[in-house]
Amino acid sequence: MKKSIKKVSFTIDGKKCTAEEGMNLVEAAEQNGVFIPTLCHLKSVIPSGSCRLCTIKSNGRFMTACTSKVQEGIVVENDIDEITDFRKLILESLFVTGNHYCPSCEKSGKCTLQALSYSYRIMAPRFPFIFEEKEVDASSPKIYLERNRCILCKRCVRTIKNKDGKNYFAIEGRGYKAKIILDPDLAMEMTDEEALTAMNNCPVGCILKKEIGFEEPIGNRKYDNAQIGSELTIIND
Amino acid sequence: MVKKNKEEKMSKKITIDPVTRVEGHGKVTIYLDENNNVKTSRLHIVEFRGFERFIQGRPYWEAPVLVQRLCGICPVSHHLAAAKAIDVIVGAGTGSDLTATGEKMRRLMHYGQMFQSHVLHFFHLASPDLLFGIDAAPDIRNIIGIAKENKHLAVMGVMMRKFGQEIIKATSGKKIHGTGAIPGGINKHLTIAERDSFLKGKDGQNIDQMIAWSLEALEFLKNYQKENRDFIDNFASFPSNHLSIVREDGALDLYHGKIRAVDANGEIILDGIDYQNYNEYIVEGVKNWSYMKFPYLKHLGKEKGWYRVGPLARLNTCDFIPTELAQKEFEEFKHYTKGKPNNSTMHYHWARLIEVLHAAEMMKQLLNDPDILSGELVTKGEKQFEGVGVIEAPRGTLFHHYRINKNDQIEMANLIVSTTNNNDPMNMAVNAAAKEMMNGQTEITEPMMNAVEVAIRAYDPCLSCATHALGQMPLELTLKDSNDIVIDKKRT
Repeated sequence: MKKSIKKVSFTIDGKKCTAEEGMNLVEAAEQNGVFIPTLCHLKSVIPSGSCRLCTIKSNGRFMTACTSKVQEGIVVENDIDEITDFRKLILESLFVTGNHYCPSCEKSGKCTLQALSYSYRIMAPRFPFIFEEKEVDASSPKIYLERNRCILCKRCVRTIKNKDGKNYFAIEGRGYKAKIILDPDLAMEMTDEEALTAMNNCPVGCILKKEIGFEEPIGNRKYDNAQIGSELTIIND
Repeated sequence: MVKKNKEEKMSKKITIDPVTRVEGHGKVTIYLDENNNVKTSRLHIVEFRGFERFIQGRPYWEAPVLVQRLCGICPVSHHLAAAKAIDVIVGAGTGSDLTATGEKMRRLMHYGQMFQSHVLHFFHLASPDLLFGIDAAPDIRNIIGIAKENKHLAVMGVMMRKFGQEIIKATSGKKIHGTGAIPGGINKHLTIAERDSFLKGKDGQNIDQMIAWSLEALEFLKNYQKENRDFIDNFASFPSNHLSIVREDGALDLYHGKIRAVDANGEIILDGIDYQNYNEYIVEGVKNWSYMKFPYLKHLGKEKGWYRVGPLARLNTCDFIPTELAQKEFEEFKHYTKGKPNNSTMHYHWARLIEVLHAAEMMKQLLNDPDILSGELVTKGEKQFEGVGVIEAPRGTLFHHYRINKNDQIEMANLIVSTTNNNDPMNMAVNAAAKEMMNGQTEITEPMMNAVEVAIRAYDPCLSCATHALGQMPLELTLKDSNDIVIDKKRT
């Protein structure tokens, strides 16, 4: 017998919404035309809640939307000054802890971090730049690993696996010493398709498939003509 | 000791810092002897950026987009020179080894760039000297002064530049720092709507109007030259070698060709040189008073091997111009010096405007070519580990040379930028202008300072490119004794 799916009702910034019970709040909001920004979340992948950008208030408590399941009657606050400032703070922190140089980055125009920063109109970070030296790993045949741009979202760790289910990517070290690594042995067998998926899943310009450079003309890139999330709701200042 | 001080006080040094209405930041020092005669002069380039170093470790396919950032005036030249070098690295070859679409779209981008850059220089930077005279008051000797005095000329300058910039945007995605040229080709076609807007655009924004305005600008300059023949022909002039790339049949080709050099009398001193081997023929000298290097032809040595590049040099090295109207102008240009190389610094402006006309004609040809609307975009081949790209940038021959490692990272980059090639000639021009204007003078006036700058300006130097830097440019002239003690100071 087919199990019936229960629908629940809730509100986001006063807007009445419905979704399947148990769905995560990012996707439930999207179904109802509301944009909750994320960097680490990918649809159909188990959420990790690592970037904290999707932080909302659910019944008055701060929660990460990607790891929160929708429940009957919850009151969600998303587009409020307190949260907007918190999200800007996260984005600015990512810029000062990495070494981001958009003008020559292959992902410029299709980078989630860049797109969100434009959306939130970040002109300059409030924190001083750290300019930490980060090592680039270009030793594998398919991937140029540009750690200067890594935000440790773990999308690659969670999604890019070989045919035996083994991870190509991992995080080495802890805290401020954490860095993304690529298994050197597995990397030798990585297919073009896997490398391309890794590049596309990366929300920044950290994972670059080698020998692809700027093939997408300016004007056709993902965020050239429309602000991220603009198809759902407009983000306020 | 006292005697020595007396001697030192008799020797003076004049500094023009920074030089104005050029792109980038430089200064001039003029040394006078005890009779106030010019002993020697130097154009110092005081910027330093180091692109060649910090590009090391970057992936090779990033070079065309990253290195173009060393200039905001002629980024297309760097974009294309780097792309040409990377074409060699990806095994796509050079010149017409690319697909017809790849090569023609790049050429269209390049002629748009040549057109807008030359127009910017002539109308915005050089024309104030011509319209008002080099001794006019500085507050009117600028583009705003031009707009007040001759509105048509100013509007023409702005509209022509806009056209070139729109061509760049249509071919590379942006007016400044686009991404059109990629390893082995180009990343887009022109749309029919884009092409039609350039062929039939309203309000004067079409290619036929650009050709008409190019001819009008040439007439304006030629009339000025007729009235000021002595000044134009002789000011800051000196014999020199000339170098550029030319097409295999000797035609002017700003995008691709082989290296040719002629001496001051027109004798060929280098010809048919494949630019992949440029470093067998060209050496970069260094001097301790400038960040800009001093290239020269190896077989002639430092003293005799320096050469000029840019519009004047190109018209001295090529045999003909492969477009009808520009060829007519070229014939008049060659006739003026009876077929011999033209060594007049101020005739750079004439040559530059002939190239503006040629660029407009080339754009028209390309816009009517169906290959820009469809066809294969990219060629690839067997990867190489080293490549050289050379292009004729607005200011002259531009060399980009890259070597990569087995991990696809750039491990060596060498750039010889157009203005760098003109380093010795600009120093010669400064020296000639300073001697002409300042010898025996007891007071240094603003027009004298401007005269020195006029000589530099003729070369349209891009000092930012040359040392790979940024800067803002008020003019300062300082009169010092040989102990570096300031005697007099003037600033605009």
